[in-house]
Amino acid sequence: MRSHARIGFVLLLTPLVLWLGLLIVIPHIDMLLISLRERISFGVYETSTAQYQKALTEPLYLRTFWRTAVMSVLATGITLLIAFPVAYYIAKMAKGRLQQVLFMFCLIPFYVSELVRTFGWMILLRETGIVSNLLQWTGLADQPVEMLYNDAAMMVGLVYTSMLFMVVPLVTTLESLDDSVIEAGYDLGGGGFSVLREIIIPHAMPGIVSGCIVVFMLSLGNYLTPTMLGGKDSLWFTEMIYNQFIVRSNWELGAAFGFMLLVLSSVIVWGMLRLTGRTLQETMG
Amino acid sequence: MTKIFMTTTCLAVLGLAQAASADTLRLLTWGGYAPDEVVEMFEEQTGHTVEVTKSNNEEMIAKLRATGGGGFDLAQPSQDRIMGPQMEFGIYKPIDVSKLNQDLFIPSMLKATMENTTVNGEVYGVPHVWGTSGLVMNTAEAGEVVKDYTDLCASDVAGKVSYRLKRPTLIGFAFAMGEDPFAAYGDEAKYAEIMGKVEAKLIECKANVKTYWGGGDELMNLVRSGEVTAAMAWDTGGWKLNEDNADITFVAPASGALGWIDTFVLPAKGQADDVAYEWINFVMQPEISARITAGAGNFTASAGADEFAEDALKAKYQASFPAEAVDNIKWYPPVPAGLESIEGEVLDRVQAAN
Amino acid sequence: MTPDLECADLTKQFGETTAVDNVSFAVPPGSFFSILGPSGCGKTTIMRMIAGFLDPTSGDIRIKGKSVLDTPPNKRPVNMVFQHLALFPMMTIAENIGYGLRRQKTPKDQISRKVDEALDRIGLPGIGGRKVDELSGGQKQRVAIARCMVLEPDVLLLDEPLGALDLKLREHMKIELKALQATFDTTFVYITHDQSEALVMSDQIAVMNAGRFEQVGTGQDLYYRPDTPFVAGFIGDANRWKGRIERVEGAVLEMRTETGLAMRATASNDLSAGDMAEIFVRPETIRLAASADALADFDNQLQGTVTSILFNGAASRVLVQDSVGETLEVTLPQSGEFSGLHRGDTVHIGWGAAQAICFGGGA
Repeated sequence: MRSHARIGFVLLLTPLVLWLGLLIVIPHIDMLLISLRERISFGVYETSTAQYQKALTEPLYLRTFWRTAVMSVLATGITLLIAFPVAYYIAKMAKGRLQQVLFMFCLIPFYVSELVRTFGWMILLRETGIVSNLLQWTGLADQPVEMLYNDAAMMVGLVYTSMLFMVVPLVTTLESLDDSVIEAGYDLGGGGFSVLREIIIPHAMPGIVSGCIVVFMLSLGNYLTPTMLGGKDSLWFTEMIYNQFIVRSNWELGAAFGFMLLVLSSVIVWGMLRLTGRTLQETMG
Repeated sequence: MTKIFMTTTCLAVLGLAQAASADTLRLLTWGGYAPDEVVEMFEEQTGHTVEVTKSNNEEMIAKLRATGGGGFDLAQPSQDRIMGPQMEFGIYKPIDVSKLNQDLFIPSMLKATMENTTVNGEVYGVPHVWGTSGLVMNTAEAGEVVKDYTDLCASDVAGKVSYRLKRPTLIGFAFAMGEDPFAAYGDEAKYAEIMGKVEAKLIECKANVKTYWGGGDELMNLVRSGEVTAAMAWDTGGWKLNEDNADITFVAPASGALGWIDTFVLPAKGQADDVAYEWINFVMQPEISARITAGAGNFTASAGADEFAEDALKAKYQASFPAEAVDNIKWYPPVPAGLESIEGEVLDRVQAAN
Repeated sequence: MTPDLECADLTKQFGETTAVDNVSFAVPPGSFFSILGPSGCGKTTIMRMIAGFLDPTSGDIRIKGKSVLDTPPNKRPVNMVFQHLALFPMMTIAENIGYGLRRQKTPKDQISRKVDEALDRIGLPGIGGRKVDELSGGQKQRVAIARCMVLEPDVLLLDEPLGALDLKLREHMKIELKALQATFDTTFVYITHDQSEALVMSDQIAVMNAGRFEQVGTGQDLYYRPDTPFVAGFIGDANRWKGRIERVEGAVLEMRTETGLAMRATASNDLSAGDMAEIFVRPETIRLAASADALADFDNQLQGTVTSILFNGAASRVLVQDSVGETLEVTLPQSGEFSGLHRGDTVHIGWGAAQAICFGGGA
């Protein structure tokens, strides 16, 4: 009996171990090893930290690195600010069918690929695009307006792409908040703002934190949106990694960049959890 | 129990390996180089199957590098991208030219390509499609101003200009600035100096640029909509747009268009070399080559294919390339190792500049 | 003396449905007032209107003589203990109790003093630092009341707060709630569907049915002198008969039941011969006897067979089937006289006309 149970256990565990090992652990170790070598000449490599030194001393790389981090944090913050009222309305104010319909509206854009969604924004925002034409037609602008290829367009794209991933955890946590707890907050003398600050937000904290983590990671690792909407000034770190790996064939530096990104996202997620006094287990479990 | 499991796993792996049988040609190529009708004709005639994967130079090399030259049986990088990657990563295997029908190739082009792709006495590439890159512009709006790459920085076309942030742009600007980067290929310090000048020019020019284009479709859109009036691009892009708008066409810049040749190479771990040779011999036939030219818009290295090419395309070609412009085409020599990292840093700094 | 809470002609309509239909009542200061009714009768709607979460369709709500219709819930001098208490799970006990004081911008030292006092008064000193989910049901209950009471509201509303507790604790909390009300000396308005909660704790009870108040009075009034058949049936248990009135002699009348029995009862309102009516008789007013002689004094007498003995300590009952096949509930006397009663035994039962109340319109 016992040996049967053990075989069952091994069989159940094998796919997981294989998956984790082959697709996550081993590639990462390989990446780490690649990032720790330096090309001397054709096919000759030496172990060194030159790639990291280069990444940390070249102002361009550092600037892109920090810019990506700051913009991702900003995108996360804006997404939260927009998603919270939306989620609150869906979870607490909309009832029955309306609730489902609104939730579907949040979901529908994700039926098409990110590429198509980004193209959609390009059609709207480009110089010969819909918004520009509308502005000219209404007389608010007297010549075509270019709204693409700047940080604002990039931010719009990032927020739009991340919206659902913020709304879903927020709706889930807000739905679990008993209406009478909110009413009790008002009943005991609280105004809208203090109820929000003392009752609704603390209750929604797990949703806020997990939503923020997901959105932050998505923004940090996004490639399409920044390159397409940001245009000539996008300067996104994933773009640098792509360039190093594919265009420049410089896997060593690309791998070092990859690890820097991994460390950055880990540090920021850890910081976010520390700041809110939560554990990863609480947030994700 | 464990033994059975292991056996099953091994069988599964073997099964996967078997799926790529020798009768399948896995072709890694550019969009348009293997039109469906040509693939169908080949499959019908030979009984083989062809799997086409579309890509570009950088991705082709990255893919082959990742697998050590496996996963594909035939690839088509540009001729200047064969020597360096081969010396560095060993991702190709030598071509046995005797298995090819050499009469099908334009002799001068075959000879030049073979010379450029020879590493340690072995030949790695034969030519297939060639073309140039230069300027695509709306001649009515920008024809007066833009005669060469550097004219893209003129204030008259500010905000209506686009080019790629890739090495052809660096080379093109260097020529337009009166330098000869190809001559400096052997001298890294000299090359770095030239690139330094180009970098300064491109940073100065950045304000003029609407956006750096990434893919051909993106550029076509920008030019067609009128948002961009002058851009650095391939000849075929300009000719295609010319069909919609007679004002738009490809113009060879004063300092000379940049000529490229895309080749056939055998990846190091290719499993269907014979089929690959068959494919090369098949597509190099003049009639087939003409079909590829019609589809991709570019001419091939096939001898005699000209006779089958459409007159309209020939006319466009002649309009863009007067006799002296053809002589002025700068053909890319093989890129020595080390230069690309210099170029990479220049491109990064241009991208980051404000 | 101005009542602490006064509702005048209060009406609330949701679309076509009238949830509260023209209800008026006044609650004197310091009293314990209950609204008792089955679920869906509109009692929660009244409470939510008083708290300010709903606006009445018409009518007025006055607290200490002043209309509060234009006052938002967070400014009304009433507080509410919710059905599931609605303690704030993200706060400690002390933070829960101090929440309202913080909203009033009370200085910090005063808040902690008042919170400690409140914890003392509910008999749970020193638990301020604990989390809500570390408390038992009864403790949470007391904290929920303390959370409201620190604000010294004019009226405390309680919305079936005992519903979630188990039976034993509920019995205990009934007594404790009454005691807490005395300690705080505040007007309590309590809504419940449990008659025993209402009867035990209240000074005054309003019985509510289908949006209207059926009767307002003390527990004794409702139990012994119900105004309507609904109250008679809803409060306590009763044996019922429907029939037609045959004779009226002053307050006493005689009715022929549908099964053919003749019964004497007291009329609760004006009735005349020929009217359809319903008689209610409480089980504890029916006398049980071994022989018919012992029941000679009673206006109504029946003979029957014991079909079941429902032993429940002090509240034991006997089910008796009479000659026409109806089953009556009769309280088993605690004297031990009938300890030997068995199923199938023949017994005699009787009750006076004064203990049988007759309402008209029972058809």
